Amino acid sequence: MTAISFALSPFIDYKVVAFFLLVTVSLIAMFFDIAPVLLAAFLSAMAWNYFFIPPRFTFAIQGADNVILFSMYFVIALVNGALTFKIRESEKNANKKQEKENTLKLYNTLLNSLSHELRTPISTIIGATDTLQEDKSKLSEENRTELISEISKASLRLNRQVGNLLNMSRLESGFLHPKIDWCDLNELVYDVVNQLCDNLQGKKVHVKISENIPLVKLDYGLLEQILLNLLHNAAIYIPENGIINITAIISKEKKLLIVVEDNGLGFPENEISHVFDKFYRLKNSKTGGTGLGLSIVKGFVESMNGNIILENRKEGGAKFSIEIPAEIAYLNDIEHE
Amino acid sequence: MNNAIEILVIDDEAQIRKLLNITLESNDYKVKEAINAREGLLMAANHPPDLILLDLGLPDESGHIVLEKLREWYTKPIIILSVQSSEEDIVKALDAGANDYLVKPFRTGELLARIRSLLRSSLSESENPTIKSNDLEIDLSLRVVKKNNDTIKLTVTEYNLLAILIKNEGKVLTHQYLLRAIWGPSYIDQSQYLRVYIAQLRKKIEDDLNKPLHIITESGIGYRFI
Repeated sequence: MTAISFALSPFIDYKVVAFFLLVTVSLIAMFFDIAPVLLAAFLSAMAWNYFFIPPRFTFAIQGADNVILFSMYFVIALVNGALTFKIRESEKNANKKQEKENTLKLYNTLLNSLSHELRTPISTIIGATDTLQEDKSKLSEENRTELISEISKASLRLNRQVGNLLNMSRLESGFLHPKIDWCDLNELVYDVVNQLCDNLQGKKVHVKISENIPLVKLDYGLLEQILLNLLHNAAIYIPENGIINITAIISKEKKLLIVVEDNGLGFPENEISHVFDKFYRLKNSKTGGTGLGLSIVKGFVESMNGNIILENRKEGGAKFSIEIPAEIAYLNDIEHE
Repeated sequence: MNNAIEILVIDDEAQIRKLLNITLESNDYKVKEAINAREGLLMAANHPPDLILLDLGLPDESGHIVLEKLREWYTKPIIILSVQSSEEDIVKALDAGANDYLVKPFRTGELLARIRSLLRSSLSESENPTIKSNDLEIDLSLRVVKKNNDTIKLTVTEYNLLAILIKNEGKVLTHQYLLRAIWGPSYIDQSQYLRVYIAQLRKKIEDDLNKPLHIITESGIGYRFI
């Protein structure tokens, strides 16, 4: 900057050069630490003195006004540098504080929903075992069986929540590397439906996948969890005799398209944009649920470079559309014997 | 009972040991318990049990190492218990000679079924060429497969795949194991062949293709014939 000003010095006044140099110091203060900033301010003052203030090429200064000018420049450059640096510092601190507050908020939501979600089944287990241990004669055989089945349900629920938490932390840690391998979609979808047959009792599930759909190269475990969460959600929120449709096709762009739709109440339009947020729960939803299920779905879909869209069907009910790019192998490519 | 079947449980969690103890004893197995790797190896060597239930997460030594040490001389069934449902971990243990695995929390019925099936196959290593499993019958000497007494037409590869699954009834076979055994070592990464042939086999031997009762998918790990 000094060099540029020097080149221009025949055309501009040395007082103007001072402003150029000040700007430079300010710029430096925006990007560097305090020590180099002060050094730059000092050097710029020296350079200005040496190269520009007459007599040029000496550190000597002629005239009282030039002395005052120089000392003022020196102070302004230093203060300017220091102040700019200070502003930057305090901005950084403000950001940090904001970040901290956000994390804290997230933790609080997590702890609230967790303690509820975990305590409920734990209370069931503790309460039921207490009753079972206490007085055997008073308890009818029917109630005994009932209590034992409640314990069993509660522990399965606990187990599912822990699974969700582990999946969430896998996502959060950024260590999620899909292990892709060839998947038979019919096998996978029916596998999920069969796993959930207890939850889906009284509901109809229609799977519409061509028997000749090609193999796709995806992470079986991740896609399995995606469908498990979507179906589990649907199973909870649709009414008795509700219908769930699962379709899968390969698009013209060779992407896997999976649609899971139901004929339940759908989602409130103003909340649709939030349902994939971590810990988000619908305003009027039933108790239970951590608000993790759908955010895991989204995270897993995105970890395979796909995307998911939720919309309400015109006929009523929710429609989740998943699109994942994947390598495809047509069965015909594999020679039959 | 003096000639009860003996099972050694190697697990550091007292609750799990107790649960296993009660479950197994009430099903007429004799149970011995070891609380860590050192004790487990010692007990196995002093008095070899008929089957070992080995936890992978032991305090003094990894279950993988215990498995390796046991497999240097112990030939009877070993079932791995693991809290990590990490597929890699399980595949590693299966490839290192574990006969089967269970992920905690597991269901008691499943545990007993695995134990029964492993004990059955280790006791009856007879030269009987025909194996029956519900509605299926396979004659290994004649290479004939029948379902409800009707002969099923299978291609050579389909037959080989079914035969290896049936010979290891109840045991989970990893994708790599099946690919190597049927197609050869250079096909280890060509799992699309396996997927296609499993689907074809299911079409021929299962009543409901979408609720397979014989060839069970172990997601991310392999297949199991029951």
